[in-house]
Amino acid sequence: MPHHTPLHATHVAAGARMVDFAGWDMPVNYGSQIEEHHAVRRDAGMFDVSHMLALDLAGAGSKAFLRGLIANDVAKLAEPGKALYSCMLNPEGGVIDDLIVYYLSDNAWRIVVNAGTADKDVAWMQARLAEGGFDATLTVRRDLAMIAVQGPNARAKTWAALPGSEAASAALKPFQAAAWGDFFIARTGYTGEDGFELTLPVDQATITWSALVAAGVKPCGLGARDTLRLEAGMALYGNDMDETISPLDAGLAWTVDFSDAARDFVGKSALLARPASRQVLGLVLEDKGVLRAHQAVFTARGEGETTSGTFSPTLEKAIAMARLPLGVAPGDSVEVDIRGKRLKARVVKASFVRKGQALI
Amino acid sequence: MSNTPAELRYTESHEWVRTESDGTLTIGITDHAQQALGDVVFLELPEAGRVVDAKESIAVIESVKAASDIYAPVAGEIIAANQEAVDAPEAVNGDPYGAWLFKIKPANAADVDGLLSAEAYDAVANG
Repeated sequence: MPHHTPLHATHVAAGARMVDFAGWDMPVNYGSQIEEHHAVRRDAGMFDVSHMLALDLAGAGSKAFLRGLIANDVAKLAEPGKALYSCMLNPEGGVIDDLIVYYLSDNAWRIVVNAGTADKDVAWMQARLAEGGFDATLTVRRDLAMIAVQGPNARAKTWAALPGSEAASAALKPFQAAAWGDFFIARTGYTGEDGFELTLPVDQATITWSALVAAGVKPCGLGARDTLRLEAGMALYGNDMDETISPLDAGLAWTVDFSDAARDFVGKSALLARPASRQVLGLVLEDKGVLRAHQAVFTARGEGETTSGTFSPTLEKAIAMARLPLGVAPGDSVEVDIRGKRLKARVVKASFVRKGQALI
Repeated sequence: MSNTPAELRYTESHEWVRTESDGTLTIGITDHAQQALGDVVFLELPEAGRVVDAKESIAVIESVKAASDIYAPVAGEIIAANQEAVDAPEAVNGDPYGAWLFKIKPANAADVDGLLSAEAYDAVANG
């Protein structure tokens, strides 16, 4: 029996096509994935992301615990509400999960992890907490729902839907969050567009969703979420990285912070012993077809592999993220094996569209 | 409520088949199939002259979501592929029973009788 988010009945009533995603019965689209994609690029769309898990970390030892737990360094978070994206590594330097951590105070942090890895993440964190004897407690917040409102008009439409929210959130910079009553409003997302991720009590979920619909925010499914994040060049756990891949080989070196030599974190010694052997770049297919994950890529420097691929609704071309040999560079021509045929593709930076604009 | 045309025949792999007056077969994919696929963005169709077996994978349809195979409903020879559908694949979503994909001259006209009725197909598709 798959899990249901607090908005499940709302999605079914709206005629969404439901699919299993990481053990959750989730909307993949409400009709047309491409229309939902365009709504986010051009106006405002929203996603039920309540399958993701919010965790609260509290206690005087929280900061020290987090500095040892994740590969990015929370010490750089000085302003309350500031968010940090990081990988959580195993001792071999593989990625257990990617997550966002919000700094509320030195003694209070909010962490959001992926749905498919949530149980494993919590067990790992609890074991590290116990092992280190930290003065910190981790609380699972399944009493919260999450709605991501994304697009150039997402903030204005959120303010229209939720009277009073503007005062609490108008001054937020990107990657910053603030509490608003029982709500937590973060100027974050997974689409390459402006917008908010709202965390709210479960019993407020349907009324909030309805108010956003009434304000002109289009419900969007996980299908559009995937094409949007791929166009934005954002990694998806399980596709673009997993426990067998180092963040240095997954295009996520920018999230690993070695700057404080005195700081140790799980996986650090493994990363230092094993520098990047591959890099992540984008591909644009020049022949006709669609790029998908796990297609072989033939370059002048050797063979690589696509990790995510799709048809880009914004560019109207097939695009992919690919793990390629070092030395391959944007502008190179490569070939991709699609059903036994070698098709031509061009190498680009792994960021195709941001803020409605094509980057390639 | 079914919108599966009663005058067509169907396969368990979600192709529809129309027998033309000259005995050739026109083939497309069903409304159920296009809904399951989502927005169709690419078609790879067989070339005219190719001789195919029943249930042989002979075409590929790609939606934003995934790639799927399309199978020959019966044995025969491909006599045409729909270039208009290749150029505008979204027609498969908009008009699944109008946007045909290819035509086959069947090796045995009687093979069509072994395909599913609309009623039997609906039972498969909704089962």
